[in-house]
Parts: sequence; structure tokens; C-alpha cells
Amino acid sequence: MTKDSISAKGDLRLTRLTKSYGDFTAVDDLSLVIPEGSFFALLGPSGCGKTTTLRMIAGLEEPTVGSIHLGSTDITTTKPYQRPINTVFQNYALFPHLTIYENIAFGLRRRGIKDVEAAVDKVLDLVELPHLAQRKPTQLSGGQQQRIALARAIVNRPALLLLDEPLGALDLKLRRQMQIELKWIQKEVGLTFVHVTHDQEEAMTMADTIAVMNEGQIEQMGSPADLYDNPKTAFVANFLGQSNLIKGTISGNDGDSHVVDVFGQKISLPKNRSHANDQSIYAGIRPEKFRISRLGTPTSGNILTGGHIEDVSYIGVSTQYQVEMPWGQELMVFEQNDDGVAPFNKDEEVNISWEPVFTFGLRGDEDATAGSEVNPEELDEE
Amino acid sequence: MSHKVKDATIPHIPTGARISRWIGRNLIRIYAVFAFTYLFIPVAYTFAFSFNDSGKSNLIWKGFTFDNWQNPCGAPEVCTALANSIKIGFLATFFSTILGTMIAFAIGRYSFKGRSTSNLMIFLPMATPEIVLGASLLSLFLVFQINPGFWPTVIAHVVFCISFVVVTVKARIASLDPRLEQAAMDLYANERETFRRVTLPLVAPGIAAAALLAFSLSFDDYIITNFNSGTIKTFPEFVYASAARGIPAQANVIGSAMFFLALAIVITGQIVGRKRKVSA
Repeated sequence: MTKDSISAKGDLRLTRLTKSYGDFTAVDDLSLVIPEGSFFALLGPSGCGKTTTLRMIAGLEEPTVGSIHLGSTDITTTKPYQRPINTVFQNYALFPHLTIYENIAFGLRRRGIKDVEAAVDKVLDLVELPHLAQRKPTQLSGGQQQRIALARAIVNRPALLLLDEPLGALDLKLRRQMQIELKWIQKEVGLTFVHVTHDQEEAMTMADTIAVMNEGQIEQMGSPADLYDNPKTAFVANFLGQSNLIKGTISGNDGDSHVVDVFGQKISLPKNRSHANDQSIYAGIRPEKFRISRLGTPTSGNILTGGHIEDVSYIGVSTQYQVEMPWGQELMVFEQNDDGVAPFNKDEEVNISWEPVFTFGLRGDEDATAGSEVNPEELDEE
Repeated sequence: MSHKVKDATIPHIPTGARISRWIGRNLIRIYAVFAFTYLFIPVAYTFAFSFNDSGKSNLIWKGFTFDNWQNPCGAPEVCTALANSIKIGFLATFFSTILGTMIAFAIGRYSFKGRSTSNLMIFLPMATPEIVLGASLLSLFLVFQINPGFWPTVIAHVVFCISFVVVTVKARIASLDPRLEQAAMDLYANERETFRRVTLPLVAPGIAAAALLAFSLSFDDYIITNFNSGTIKTFPEFVYASAARGIPAQANVIGSAMFFLALAIVITGQIVGRKRKVSA
């Protein structure tokens, strides 16, 4: 069986995976299919179980319950070196006593692959660092080490490549550049990438599919656009970008839409974007979907009246407003600075409007602040 | 700070204040000079008297000569004793380094029943007075009807060297990033290959340091050796015994040579280490 596992390929299937440490459950009954060839991201705050999940896939942790299949091969209990899976570790874990060349050749030599040199040269070209072959890892910058760690993994052409917060140690500019490069390399080599991160922007830039994890479970899975435009839970709505969640009650129906009563005002919400399970609902709208208008200006779509501008921050591409509504809630509004309209001033009385199709509905019994206290920038390692 | 500065000339500092300021600034250097003088006077004395044209007793300076250096085995038994010390030192180093490294890995890497107890027990030989350890070992050997001699001395040296090896190697293992071994396993190296190609090379400097330490401890030991060596004489025993009738200058020669050898090893290590860091 171990002979088979090394050549296994296909979709990765996690079935009812659970990992407990004493009383603490890091990963809780998680089931997931990662299609072959996709760029998949596990996104969540520190301690949500994403790294533990990754380590179980790599074989560095054994699941308490559940199974892991690669194609039709069960790899749940095989050793890390018996799996056709390679990892780019968080702090790269390059071997400090070996040259860059030998670091990259390490996996090839262990498997007895012939023509190591050609393979190493090729992958060094791919990451554009052929001149560093004879250096030691400590002589490289963070960005270079990151690429070498990637090269060391992909040179083995694994069925699955795991990336554990691979860009966490890089500065912002380099991170952006590497995000684009990683995406390009994934297309180029055609491997399945599983990427673990707490950075929602990073996940959205690179991944085809994102699974948002919270407390050992998957909250929601889908394409970046799906998750952003139509989140199913308050946690996803707040963790991926920012959301305005307004408490309301479904008071009736109008064709394909619910009519929602929001503190005495009526708004429309498409039925297929509602995840509420009874009358009680949170109407969710992303800040950039709102439009602000002065009283008396004609507007269309959903309208909420009685806004009072509490705060204005001009940040170049957009202006961010805090608008206090009659029921005391402050809504966040991002307006592009592209329409030649003079920005609104603090203390102006305004209306807020938006297209009803942008509204999403969440269960009314949820904690509207779930996922919003977590500041992803502050959380580094788990 | 409210008062005005009336003239811009540099204020005159009294001589006393200037001296005390100079002392304040250079106190560490002055202290260092004294400390090193204190430390090196005995070494310098030993080195100087290795050139003494001494005859039998090497207590009074009688004139300069290279004879002692040209003929280090000139004094009776000195080189036999030295050879014994080196042999015992190498054997004790060999066994204590292997055993100690294995213990260090066991304690540093694995959790097992009695781990913390073994960790504590390792320190015991270091904490036990040598005289007690030496006497106990002798009585132990006699109970098992083993006569004192070469091998009992080697065994005794291994006993006290092991602790130092364990402590040294364990420190190195503790500083090793476990992710490096995980990375090796991830890159198709099984347990044995991971150990051989990643763990061992990275722990090697610690093992080398431990071996050097073990050798110098063994070479230097008098008390425990004296209990267990029987008719065999080691270099420290030779020096001690000859102290009664006057230490031959050859002892100074060998002592100085050992000192410079150790110094050379340390300096080489430093240079290699610095080169690695510079190129790093």
C-alpha cells in the first residue's frame, strides 16, 4: 500500500476529519473535496484549525477520527515521506547546512530520480534565481528564500502542494508580487495547490476556491466572488471584507424578493440570497454598494432615509463615510471618487440607497460582530 | 536650565575631575588587564620555566635552554604517563560522546516514563564531589573483583564525562528547529535518512564541542583517576608524584604544549565560525 500511495493522484478528499488534543478540538468533523489541479485556500483566523488540517494532509499529524484519500488511495496513516505531497513551510525550513542546489535536489535524491541537475536547473529558472544555486540559505533575502522553498517543493512534481502561510514573513509589496507569481506558477506547473492563510486578500487574489474556517469547521466554501457577494454567515460577511448588517424582519413577499422591515422602513431582498431560517433576519450590504444622496435627490432601489454623516475619511481612490441611522447604528459607506460630485460633509443629513440585488440575508439570531474583532494583520503564527 | 550661558568659552575642567572621568571611561579595560594578568601569570610561569636549564628540580631559574623542548621525554616516565593519559582520554571521549549523544537525543526528543528522573540523574555525577565518586567507583570495582588499572580508569572517566556530553548536546538539540526534520520527511526522507542528512549534521557542532570538553576533562582528571588507576600512571598523577622531589622541566614543556594546542583549536574554531558567518 505504501508503494501505491507515493504514486497516488486525483482529488483530495477529507472525510469527517477530527483532530483533538485532550479536551481541545482543533479540527471538528471536517469533510472537504479539493479537485485536482485547483488552487484551493483554507482561510481563517489564528486557531481556527487550518494549519492542523494542512499538517494532517501532509502526514505530520495523525487525525483522531476520519480519513484522507488522494484519488482512490487511502493515505490517512501513511508517513509524510510516503505521500506524493510537498509543503512550503511557514518559515521556509530550508536546510541551513546545504546549498540552495542541494536543498532543491533533496527530494529528488531521496527518491532516486535520475538527472537531478536538469530538474534543479529548470526549477531554478522557473523561480528566476539560477545564480544562487551555490549559496547557503542564510545568504538569501526573505523573498528569495520563499522562492527557493517553493522550488524545493515543486521540483518533485507532487500530486498536491501545501503552502502554509507562505507569504507571511514578507513585506506588503513583495507579498503582492509573490501572490501574482504563485498564481502564475500554479498555472504553469498545473499542480493542485492548497494554501493556508489568515489574509483574506491573499486568499482572494490567488485561490479558485476558498474554504473559510472557524473553530475547526468550514463556515462556507466557494469562489472568492461567491463568498464576498453572498456570504452565508456573519462570520464570513465580516472576516472577508467589511459588511453592514442591519437587523430586520421579513414582513412579506414581492415576487422573487422578500420585503424586509428595517426599523420601520421597507427594503427588498432577493429570496435566493437569503440564508435566514425564519422571519428574523440581518440584511447585509457591502460598504461600497451603498450610495449616499442629499435629501431631495432622486434615487432608485432600496432607500434608507434619515442618515446623518458622522465621519468622513478621504483615502484617495475612495471616501469612507460613517453614517448614523435613526435607530442608532452607524453604517459604513465607501464612495469612489470618480463621479465629480463634491464629497459630503460631516453632519450633513443624507439618504442611503443601493441596488436590491446586492443585499444578502443572514439568520437573525447570529452574532452580528462574529469574525469582525479578528484583525488578520495582528495574527501571525498559530 | 533656566539660567543663561554668559560666555561661550569652553569651561575649564579641573584636573581631578578629568582623571576620574578618564578612569570612569577606561575602568572596564583596566579591570580586564588585571583579570587577564591574574589568569595568565601561572601559564606564563609554566611556559617560561619550560626553558629552564634546571637539572633535577625546576624551582629556581638557572639559565635558558631549548634542551627540554628538544627532548620532552627526557625525564623518566613522563612520556609513558602522557601516553596513558592520551589513550584513556581518547577512549573515554569516544564512549562518553557516543553514549551521551544517544542519551541527549532520548531526553531531548522523546517523552517516556521516567524522562524527568533521568534528566535529573544525569546531573548527579557532575554534582557529586570527585573524591566521593572516585572512592565509590573503586569500591564498586573491588566488589566485582576487578582490579584497578587501565580499563577501570576508562570506565570511571566515561561515568563523569557522560553528564557533560549530555548537557552540551542537549542544548544543541533544543535549539534545532523541528520543522527542518519535518521538511526532510516531507521531502521523501525516511526516519533514518532524516537523521543522517539533516539532524546529525545540524547537531554535529554540539557533539564536537562535547567531545573536546570530555577529552579535556578526562586528560585533566587526578582525583578519580588516582583511586582507580592502580599501577598505571597518568600525566596528572606523574606531575603530582614528582612534585615531592621536584617537577622536571619536561612537565612544563608538555603542559605548555597542551595549552598552545588547545589555544590553536579554539582560534581555528573561531576563524572557521567567523568565516561561515561572514559568508552567510
